Amino acid sequence: MSERTFVGGIHPGYFKDYSSGKPITSARAPAQVIISLHQNIGAPCDPVVQVGDEVKMGQKIGEPKGFVSAPIFASVSGKVTKIEPFNHPLGNPVLAVFIENDGQDTPDEGMKPGKTLEELSAEEIKKIAKDAGLVGLGGATFPTHVKLSPPPEIKIDTVIINGAECEPFLTADHRQMLEQSDDIVYGLKAFMKALGATKGIIGIEDNKFDAVESMKKAVAEGKGDYDIEVHTLHTKYPQGAEKMLIKATTGREVPPGALPMAVNVVNQNSGTAVALAEAIKLGKPLYERVVTITGPGIKEPANLLVRNGTLVKDLIEQCGGMTDDARKLILGGPMMGLAQPTDEVPALKGTSGVLVLTEEFVKDLPISPCIKCGKCLDVCPMSLMPNFIGSASEKNMIDLAEKYGAMDCFECGCCTYTCPAKRPLVQWIRIAKGEIGARRKK
Amino acid sequence: MERKLVVSSSPHLKSPEDIQSIMVDVLVALFPVALMAVFLFGYRALATMVIAMLAAMVTEAIILRKGNLFGDGSAAVTGLLLAMTLPPAPPWWVVVVGSAVAIGIGKQIYGGIGNNIFNPALVGRAVLIVSWSGHIAGNVWLKPVPFGFTADMVTQATPLATKAASLGNLFIGTVSGSLGETSALALIIGGLWLYHRGHIDWRIPGSFVAVVFILGFFDGGFSMGLFHVLAGGVLLGALFMATDMVTSPVTPVGKLVFGAGCGLVTMVVRLFGSLPEGVTFGILLMNGLTPLIDNLTLPKRFGEVSKSA
Repeated sequence: MSERTFVGGIHPGYFKDYSSGKPITSARAPAQVIISLHQNIGAPCDPVVQVGDEVKMGQKIGEPKGFVSAPIFASVSGKVTKIEPFNHPLGNPVLAVFIENDGQDTPDEGMKPGKTLEELSAEEIKKIAKDAGLVGLGGATFPTHVKLSPPPEIKIDTVIINGAECEPFLTADHRQMLEQSDDIVYGLKAFMKALGATKGIIGIEDNKFDAVESMKKAVAEGKGDYDIEVHTLHTKYPQGAEKMLIKATTGREVPPGALPMAVNVVNQNSGTAVALAEAIKLGKPLYERVVTITGPGIKEPANLLVRNGTLVKDLIEQCGGMTDDARKLILGGPMMGLAQPTDEVPALKGTSGVLVLTEEFVKDLPISPCIKCGKCLDVCPMSLMPNFIGSASEKNMIDLAEKYGAMDCFECGCCTYTCPAKRPLVQWIRIAKGEIGARRKK
Repeated sequence: MERKLVVSSSPHLKSPEDIQSIMVDVLVALFPVALMAVFLFGYRALATMVIAMLAAMVTEAIILRKGNLFGDGSAAVTGLLLAMTLPPAPPWWVVVVGSAVAIGIGKQIYGGIGNNIFNPALVGRAVLIVSWSGHIAGNVWLKPVPFGFTADMVTQATPLATKAASLGNLFIGTVSGSLGETSALALIIGGLWLYHRGHIDWRIPGSFVAVVFILGFFDGGFSMGLFHVLAGGVLLGALFMATDMVTSPVTPVGKLVFGAGCGLVTMVVRLFGSLPEGVTFGILLMNGLTPLIDNLTLPKRFGEVSKSA
């Protein structure tokens, strides 16, 4: 039963024990939140509040500039003190709204229960997802309402809830599957209704046996008329990558360059399902999320419900601070997360984890020439030629990099992890992808 | 105190395996083969292996001007593999020249590890064959004397020359031949270790041996097919030489093509050529074709329906 998987992939250390046993608790609300106005793939938001305004918790403060974008909400009640650029996990400073917390958590008027799922139409569910500012919470932050709006000629038949959580260290999805399983099933049903899908699948790696049990129980109790199955997946990175998950659960292969809807599937992260359930049941927009604060460099790892705009520094302090040998701060997981130069960076909608690694993980290993062992080909889930793409990109031979499949790489990092010559293959592939992308735009 | 954070591109985890650990695994895999060589051919085989490894490592250290003799371990592997292809007791200077050529002309002249086109150990061997054939071929094959550590040197013809040896002796290794090629048993144990550690794939040895067996079968039936697989350097070549990472294809289909090509050339030389053995030239020829094979056998990408140009 746990044979569902894909070809390729790696078995790194999983390091889930730091935090998998820690129930979700609310993080301390900071005295000031700094809410970035760019929190999704696609267009950023324009501020719709001004300095000096009093805002309520859940009030919209950022209005999207395009279709592929999502509104942004205040995560505390209080006063807007500044609107100016601030540190952003992607590197360059981004316009942010600074709100001084009044400690009252006065909710916005819009935060109240509306119609039940039974009463809602498909269009109404899409509107709720859009108005609540939902984005993919696995880390990619693709606006949810866009995924719920396939072109009319495409019929979505299956919605897959991604509970694989294949990134080492991270346990936020795991905890939500244990503690909020009913909401995940509710959210899945809402996704299915919005898309007219007939089948719902929840995919979970078999290293989270308790989550599988918990979700099976919730599905049995809550699925009603919906056809929903829990699939136990082989534990292997990157099992939770969109295309790999679809292959493992449905056997379908998404063609190169295409989106899951090309094979009539929509993927949603388990956390996004919870967010949709809360948006429908409580009228609650997306202003907080579960974040795993973990790693050997964190004294007391935890799974925290974190308000948008809380500084990472604040979260780390609440977890006992960094250990003396902490050397690297990563937002997200260790395979695809972004290393940060400072802890003064705000948690965003897409912040699934705050990972602190120690000296032993940060060795600066010398890079050797490629010895053509081919191990990167064996692990590449996309069956590309990472060694050849890397070498071509290293020599700035961009056409060659494209020929070997650079644009199909989704940067899972399996090749770089595996490479015995310690070659930064993904880094070179990213460079090639940037070059190829720029050329195609011309 | 301001803490300095390291920033680098993802992924932030790396496998503990590196080039040195792979080379150590290859040396471990060659250990049963080396043990068998000493068991059969005594101290002379041991001396040949030690001289070859030392000469290879020293040559590399001189060319790279480095103090660390072992380094990534690849020179030691090249030296030991070269020794495996030599008679048990050639003159010491022949071994030294072979190792120096293997490292200098077989490897470093191309830019060092990862950049060489041909298997360095076989380049060394090829140069020795054409330069000092009297020391490398001909009447140089010691008669194996199990446990005869310091036994007298008695030579005899190899099975490939006489076509007369029991399959059992060929399997155990109690026949004359190059010091590392006689025992199929020891070679298979070493090969299984490399397979277990993920350093070789079944495709190259599989297609190599299959082609040798099939062509041998057509030449003289089932037992002749087996004879051609077990006699001479086919197993040493298929498991340890043709699988050399640097000089063999990386694509799955390419590996099958490469192994089959090695087997074909080996058997053409054995059946129609003037030399008794063709493994060295089979592998060297296919090494030269490796980049071409790779580019003609690119794997189908995930989700790709048909091969697009």
